[in-house]
This record gives sequence, C-alpha cells and structure tokens, in this order.
Amino acid sequence: MEIITNYGFILMALAIVFGLYMTWGIGANDVANAMGTSVGSGAITVKQAILIAAIFEFAGAFIAGGNVTKTIRKGIIDPSSIVNTPEILVFGMLAALLAAAVWLMIASSKGWPVSTTHSIVGAVIGFAVVGIGVDAVQWGKVSQIAASWVVSPVLGGTIAFLLMMSIRRLIFNTENPFESAKRWGPGYVFLVGFIISLVTLFKGLKHLHIELSVGMSFLVAVIFGLVLAGIGWYLINRVKVDPGADRDFHFASVEKVFTPMMIFTACAMAFAHGSNDVANGIGPLAAVVSIIQSGGEVTQKADLPLWILVLGGTGIVIGLATMGYRVMKTIGSGITQLTPSRGYCATLAAAATVVLASRTGLPVSTTHIAVGAVIGVGLARGIGAIDLRVIGNIVVSWVVTLPVGAALSALFFFTLKGMFT
Amino acid sequence: MSSTNPFASMFGKSPFSALQAHMRVALECAHEIPPLFDALAAGDQEGVVAAKDKIFEREAEADKIKNGMRGALPKSLFMPVDRRDLLEVLQMQDSIADTAQDIAGMLVERRMDLPEFMKEPMLALARRSIDACDQSAKIIEELDELLAMGFRGREASRVEEMVEELNLIEDDTDELGIELARHLFEHEDELKPVSVMMWYQLIEWVGDLADYAEKVGDRLRLLIAR
Repeated sequence: MEIITNYGFILMALAIVFGLYMTWGIGANDVANAMGTSVGSGAITVKQAILIAAIFEFAGAFIAGGNVTKTIRKGIIDPSSIVNTPEILVFGMLAALLAAAVWLMIASSKGWPVSTTHSIVGAVIGFAVVGIGVDAVQWGKVSQIAASWVVSPVLGGTIAFLLMMSIRRLIFNTENPFESAKRWGPGYVFLVGFIISLVTLFKGLKHLHIELSVGMSFLVAVIFGLVLAGIGWYLINRVKVDPGADRDFHFASVEKVFTPMMIFTACAMAFAHGSNDVANGIGPLAAVVSIIQSGGEVTQKADLPLWILVLGGTGIVIGLATMGYRVMKTIGSGITQLTPSRGYCATLAAAATVVLASRTGLPVSTTHIAVGAVIGVGLARGIGAIDLRVIGNIVVSWVVTLPVGAALSALFFFTLKGMFT
Repeated sequence: MSSTNPFASMFGKSPFSALQAHMRVALECAHEIPPLFDALAAGDQEGVVAAKDKIFEREAEADKIKNGMRGALPKSLFMPVDRRDLLEVLQMQDSIADTAQDIAGMLVERRMDLPEFMKEPMLALARRSIDACDQSAKIIEELDELLAMGFRGREASRVEEMVEELNLIEDDTDELGIELARHLFEHEDELKPVSVMMWYQLIEWVGDLADYAEKVGDRLRLLIAR
C-alpha cells in the first residue's frame, strides 16, 4: 500500500510512457496491415490511407475501444488474488506493457510478423502466472480469447466468401455488369455503414454513457447506412464507362465502380482496427491508473476514464504519421491481384469481424483476420494465386510470441518489483 | 519491413498473366509460318531464313516464360484451378511454338522446294492452322474474365462456345491435311523419295499446329470444370 502512495506518481508516469510507446508501435506497424488490402487494390493512395487511418483509428479507439480495454485491464486476472497487494498488479501491467513493446521492437527490426494482441495477452498472463500464481488467471476468459484467435479468421473468411458470391451473382454474372454495379453498389455501401454501426452501437456505449434499446440501435444503424449509401450513390454515379480499358479486360469499368466503395471499407477497417488494438496499449495503462488513483483499491466497478482512450488514439495516430507511410509503401507492389471488388469483400469481412470481436470484448489479431478474409475470397476462386505458406508463418508467430511475451513480462516484473520494494 | 507484412508474402505471381504472356509469344511463332511458306513458294531463300530466325528467337523467349512460370508454382500455392491442368495448358501452348520451330528448322536444313501442285493446298492448310492458333489465343485472353467470374456463369459459357468454334476450325485443318497428303501421294513419283517423306512430315507438322491449338482449348475446359 505504501508503495502506491509513495511512488504512485512515478508509476503512473511510467505507465503512460510505456502505454504511449506501445500505441505508437501499433500505429507504426499494425495499421499498415489493416489498410493493406485497401492500398494494395489500388483504390486509395498511401497518403489517403494515412489520412483515413488517422481519423478513423482514433474514432474507433475512442468510440468502440472500451470493451476490449476492459478485458485486458481486468478480464484476464482475478482481482481477488491481489486484493492485499495491489502494487503487484501495477508492476505486472507495467512489465507487460514494456515486454510487449520490446518484443514488438525486436521483431520489427528483424522483419518478423508479430501480433501486438498476442504479445500483450501473453505478457499479462506471463506475469500473472509467475508473479501471483496459476490461479490468478481467469482461465475461462483466456480460453475464450484463445478460441477467438482461431474462430475469427475463419469467420472473416466465411463472410468474405459469401460477399464474393453475392457480388458475382448480382453484378458480374449479369447482362450488363456495369449497370448492375451502379445499381447495387449503393446497397453494398449501405451494408458497410449498417454493419459497422449496428455492431458498435448495439444496446449503447457504456463508457460514453449512451443508452440505446435494441430497436433504437437498429434504427440508428439503418439511418447511418442510408446516409453512407447516399454518399456512395453520388460517388458511384460519377464513374464513367471506359471503353478502352474494357476492351482489354471486360470488367475494368465494373472495378472502377468498386473503387469509391473501397473508400468506405477502408474507413471501416481503420475504425475496427482502432477499436480492437488500442486496448493493447491502454488496457494495462488503465489498470495501473485505476489502482493508483483509487489509492490501492482493486475496484472492478470504476469506469474507464476517457482521457486514457484519447491518449491511446493519439498514440496510434502519431505512430501512423511518423512511420506508417514507409511501411505502407512496401505493401502496394505485390498485391496487384487484389482488384477493388476483391478488396471490398476482404476488407468489409475483416472489418465486420474485428468490430464484432471488439463489441464482445475479445482482443483479436486484425492481421490474421484480414489474411483469413483474403483466403475466403480465394476460396471463392477470386484470386489467381495465394501462397498458403503464409498460414504456416502465422502459426509459427503464435507459437513464438506467446511464450516470449510471457517470459519477457515475467523478467521485467521481477525487475520492477525488486526496484521498488 | 516487407516481411513483417503477411500481405507481401501471401500473393504469389498470378499464373494467368504468365500464361497469357506465353501464349502471345507462341502465337508470334505461329504467325511466321504463312510468310515462311509464301517465301518458299516464291523461291525467296532469304525470306525463308528470315522467318526461321524470327521463329527461333520467339521460341526461345517462350521457353524463358515457360520456365519462369514453372518455377513460380510451388505446391503450396492455392489457386482457383488445378495446378497440373494449368501446367498442361502451358505445355500445349509451348508445343505450338516448338512445332513452328520444327517446321522452320526442317525447311532451312534441307533446302526444299515447294512443288507447284502443292503450293495452293499447303498455303491453305497453313492459314487455316494459324486460324486455329488465333482462336485458341483469343480463348486464353479470356482468362482474366474467367477469373473475375470464378470460372462459372456467362463467361464460362462464352468460352465453351469459343472452344466449340476452335474444334470446327481444327476439323477443317484435318480435312485439308488429308486432301494435301492425297495430292502428294498422287504425285509421289515426280519427287525424290526422301523429299516425299519429308513433305509428309511437314504436312503433319502444319496440321499439328492446329491440333495443339485445339488441345489448349480442351485443357482450358478442364480448368473451368475443376
């Protein structure tokens, strides 16, 4: 208890610094993967991607980031195990943040793919098991999270597959594909707005003190979807047939119709990513802050302070603005096979899945879901060639990241504990 | 940083664009055959050699593309079509280029004169065979659209019709080839025996150009059927 009162300020400052560093890292590395499908299909430039990401990552973090943050903050560790020694949680969360951030730094410098979500979850479990005890971890919740890591890419793939089939039936496989695209395009834009807002607003947002009944949620979602569809309709109507390009590839003009539609899905993806991944940086921070500000009480009832969400969102935007440009440039060249129509399916499917996970408070890997969605499009015979070795790489990164994150976290935990006691 | 990104490593090179590039080059080989026979009919030896050189150069280019494509198709690649079917289409396309090379090579190695009675029918056969090659090239160009449609629906039906047309053209070349061989048989004694054998071979080869073109269409049907 005295540790909290004596060192509270330093510990909180440390937490803020580490949290900012983590969210900066998320912005710099992760966002490129979230926006990759949009940039790669040629629908938006890298500069536009950065702008969209800056606005919508922040929005996602602020509006929809609450539930996942709650999970990382207090869903993984059983509070009753540390009621008498709350400083353990403080040291632990600091250690977890530092471990995840360090691992992110190492992996990036070596060019290994790493999931920030897996890092932080592994790190939190790591210090809990080592520093408190195996029983301190809420294994029920953890197995839920682990299951979601397997289920979410499959779900993303399934949704992408279904979207692809519907686009083929309604647009490509018709007498006049271009006209069909112009007719149905706004409907697909409506889908983007409707799904994202419905999942996000369903029954309201607790941390923003917005209450909505089920019926109201649907109504708001429909209205939002219609507004977006209206804008989409306007943008789509400006697309003209290009007879020259059509001679080369009969569906060139149809793809041109999908290009403005991808702007909406890019925004949705940035929003979704912000909502899920901001927690990786500020979840532990929120835990530390709530303990220190309450003078050592391991309360589970306190609301998430809004300034923490703002901090997280800002960190992501700064990371994105400083390093994101360079990272995104490396994506564009290899993904010529992802035409706008394919990109639309993959991105919307991924965004919907991530937003759903954020709603249910489950931290998931946005990158893995996006990969699953692209494979879903490939299963619908929509992509020329997908190298399945990427799945092997993903599994390897799981196997490596979780134990390494846990080990680093345990190490830092004991260091911090030693320093302050 | 590019290896941090799964998207960079996830997409293999599109096998369809490579296949289309290969077909275009193989078609260039085939297109040199009528000029080759025209030059031969006119007794223009230089023209014959020029055509032969062009064919050889293009065939080497086709081989390069073929080998590049084969190297870029690891077993781990997930494609909307069967890998073996794809490679078979490639092989048939390459046979068009190889056969053109055989024809040109023979005509230059063995300074042959095109007998008067053979001029018309041989040129007709050559042109009809190239028609078949043109049709199969048109079919291969539809691969982009097939991919966009998931190898089903209207585009697949359209391609099937094109393959039917291709079969009819190849039937024509069969008939023309038989006619030509019969002609040759009637005039056999007017020519040196070895030349006669070589002309039978050449007739067969020119017909083969159309055969391989038809096979390209056939194998493509397999791609669609999956």
